[in-house]
This record gives sequence, structure tokens and C-alpha cells, in this order.
Amino acid sequence: MKMLAELRAQGRGRDMQAVAEQIPYARFLGIQVDRKGNEITVILPFSEHLVGNVVLPALHGGAIGALLEITAILQLLHDNACERLPKTIDLSVDYLRSGRPQPTYGRAIVTRHGRRVANVRSEIWQDARSEPIAVSHGHYLLTPL
Amino acid sequence: MSQTTKIEDHMLGIPHARAIGMTLLSHDDTGTLVRVPYAPHLVGDPDTGVVHGGVLTALLDNTCGVAVRPPGVIESSGPISIATLDLRIDYMRPAEPHRDILAHAVCYQRTHHIAFVRGVAYHDTPENPIATCVAAFMLGTRNEPRADESGAAS
Repeated sequence: MKMLAELRAQGRGRDMQAVAEQIPYARFLGIQVDRKGNEITVILPFSEHLVGNVVLPALHGGAIGALLEITAILQLLHDNACERLPKTIDLSVDYLRSGRPQPTYGRAIVTRHGRRVANVRSEIWQDARSEPIAVSHGHYLLTPL
Repeated sequence: MSQTTKIEDHMLGIPHARAIGMTLLSHDDTGTLVRVPYAPHLVGDPDTGVVHGGVLTALLDNTCGVAVRPPGVIESSGPISIATLDLRIDYMRPAEPHRDILAHAVCYQRTHHIAFVRGVAYHDTPENPIATCVAAFMLGTRNEPRADESGAAS
């Protein structure tokens, strides 16, 4: 059985922590998910293997991009059940501040949720949500149930 | 051969690049070439075994970042560094499971402060891309430990 169908069968279809645990790359990054009502916050605890610049030190741009993308995908899955994981069509990232060696948090806003394509903005921050370290907007291909 | 060894060792100094398994293969007038071998921890879709988009983001970001440096220069240490300003990636098709992914990047414009780079990720040939990207980098950013890195959240 497919991963998402299996989770739904277990009654955990909207449990994004469970989804994240099924994705090897999200496990590798150390992604955690917190849910408050219909909003989810994706958490990336600091880990040495996320560093891209050892002098500063700063998080790798790729880890930042991955967190933005995972945040968008988990919000989409949380909002609407899908047959398969949403596929990223394109992603545009603005890097605003260097990521420090501390936990990073992500929230996503679904700007438009079409039947096949969704537009999603994500932002991630560390100390204060008003000071994001990176933002992104992307298009995602959906497979609604 | 010593030049080759030095280039191959470059990614070892970047923890996230090393964790993903990147190897810098070449860096010359024609651009920068980096390889990531397929590995189970890079999978983004357990149903298909396809590598996660974040791996391509990291690979293209890092490849573009090296491409910004003049040919033959790969050292990222020293007081001056670079920072990614923006990165846009188009995902053309899923990467095929169990295959190496290559990324090639070319810096096509460099000013005093900004460098413009494009890149492509592929299996066999850049003409059949998995993903393409354009990126802008800030040159000459400070590269020394933060003064306020005392561990206190400020």
C-alpha cells in the first residue's frame, strides 16, 4: 500500500509528524512537526550536518531550501488529502539572513489551492517570526483523492 | 594529480555537502561539476524511491556557489565569503532512483558585488535535465565568527 493511504488507514492521515517520519530525507534532516489547529509549524533542530559554512557558522542554503519546500508540502497535505506526495514544479528562494546554529521554524501559506496546482509561500525564522531568514514561493503539482 | 585530489576534498569541509555525499569533480573555464551518488537517506518519496527536491536544492546551490569563484580557486575559507541571495529551481522530471546525479553550473556574469549563475542537474546529459536553476550571489560578505555567538538568544 502507498505511504499516505497506509497512514490514512491507521487514522493518521492528517498527522504530519507521522508523514515526515515516513520520508527518509526529512528524517535525515531531523524534521519535526507541531500542530496548532489548522496551522502546522515545521521545526528543524540544529545539527552539525546541516552546516554549509563552518567559519560563521551558518546553515547550508540547501538545508534552508529543503525546509521551505517540506514546510509547503506538509501544509498542503494537511489541508487536503492527496493520493501521492505533492510534486514541486518550481521553487524560488530568497535568502534574507544567514541561518545560525539553532532551531529553525517554518510556516507556509497556501496562496491558491487549485485542483492540480497549488501556489504556496513559505517562510522560516529562528529568533523571531518577524525576522525570517528565508522565504520562498513555489508551485506544487497535486494528486487529489 | 594533486590538483584533482584537492578538488575532490573540497566538499569534505562543508558538513552538509559531505552528509549528502557531494563530490566536486571539476572547476574550470567551462564551469563547475559536482556529483551526488544515490543513497537511501536522500529519498523524498518512499513509494517511488525518488530523491527529495531538497537534495537538488542543496546540490545546485553548492555547485553554483563554487562556480562563482574564479576558475582554479575553490577555497571558501579566509575573511571574505559569498552568500546566496536568491535561487530559483525548476523541476523538469523526477530523478531516477539508484542513479548518480550530476550538477553543472556556469557563472555568466560577475560584478564587484554580485555574481549571476545558472545550473542544471541531470543523469546523462544536461540536454535532458532533472532540474535547472538560476541564482544570484553576494560577493565579499563577512566570513568570520559572529561577535555575538555566546549562545544567548538575542
